[in-house]
Amino acid sequence: MKTKDLAYIALFAAITAVLGLVPAVPIGPVPITAQTLGVMLAGSVLGARRGFLSQLLFLVLVAVGLPLLSSGTGGLAPFAGPYAGYILSWPVGAFVIGWLTERFWSRFNVAWAFTANVLGGLVVVDVIGAAVLGIVNDLSFWHAAWFGALVFVPGDLVKAAIAAVVAVQVRRSYPVIERPRRAVARR
Amino acid sequence: MTLALYVPRASPVHRMPAGWKLLALAGLSMLVFAVPTLPMVGGALVAVVALGLVVARLPASLLVRQARAVLWWLVALFVLHWLVTDVLTGAVTVLRLLALVLAAAVVTATTRVTAMVAVVERVCRPLQWVGVRPARIGLVIAMALRFIPLISERADRIREAQAARGGSIRGLRGLTTTVVPLLVQVLQLAHTVSEALDARGADDVPVRRGGPRAA
Repeated sequence: MKTKDLAYIALFAAITAVLGLVPAVPIGPVPITAQTLGVMLAGSVLGARRGFLSQLLFLVLVAVGLPLLSSGTGGLAPFAGPYAGYILSWPVGAFVIGWLTERFWSRFNVAWAFTANVLGGLVVVDVIGAAVLGIVNDLSFWHAAWFGALVFVPGDLVKAAIAAVVAVQVRRSYPVIERPRRAVARR
Repeated sequence: MTLALYVPRASPVHRMPAGWKLLALAGLSMLVFAVPTLPMVGGALVAVVALGLVVARLPASLLVRQARAVLWWLVALFVLHWLVTDVLTGAVTVLRLLALVLAAAVVTATTRVTAMVAVVERVCRPLQWVGVRPARIGLVIAMALRFIPLISERADRIREAQAARGGSIRGLRGLTTTVVPLLVQVLQLAHTVSEALDARGADDVPVRRGGPRAA
């Protein structure tokens, strides 16, 4: 891995951290944060591998004791809390978004970007989050999934749209994902 | 680093090696999941709070803040359990989560970020057999910490620049006028930083002792 890749990984870990400073919108009992926007941007700007590593790095920064999550919390406490699964799923979500983005790269537009963000940023995150929520709380998966979906989906749809618009414009002026993968080149 | 959650005190908990504290935390979480009874979970909660407030002498406000961050989750989960299972299970799971959250907060507040990063590097050491250099992990952590204030500074500057031009910085239009330029700027910046690091030898494989390095 080149130093340039390390710098991009560090950059998007930092971007997710900075998005935690944006005041959370309290919709219902749970604050909807801007941080999953960072997850979506990491995947759709850096691609699968670097996107995954950047969000993993963000979680390491939180775990070692920096208060980078949007509620001003950090350290190991969030990983023991009820929403642990939702946070832990971020690297996976970024990977899925990045993987899809690499496949859509030659015909990348807002619609494809939105699709990738919804699949990786919403579906993957909610499935993993609900699975962990269910396990640590002796709840059935479907109960937990509905709970998470009700809480997060409205805000996540807005964020998926924002990230899609931004990612398409960034691709136009500063593309980081270099070459289209085989799956796209075959067309 | 003023950003950290570390609370300096002279206590046995603070002096304990970071690796041990992490192992103790893992042990506690296994215990409360293996024995999910009200006395066990309640006892764990009392023990954790006593350890944090009396032994480590942490301010109560720190534990309150961590508890408040998950308060609504706990309330919602308790209500959900009330509806779909029973009150006792709800009480056990909620108290269990609270105990674990507070235990993790105690570990974080009593351990320096540098000590935690050292544990991360030690845990990652076996990765060198698959080609990951431990020094690069330290480098990427340092870069991320430097980028955090840099990005917010750049964001402020772009916002001011757009406001000075009378440009719109809100709504969908604001994305194009502020967020996109910010991302492009910091991507270029990251690229420049990596070139500067490479020029100073960051990309070099360490020289093996007793001979020139292989190409």
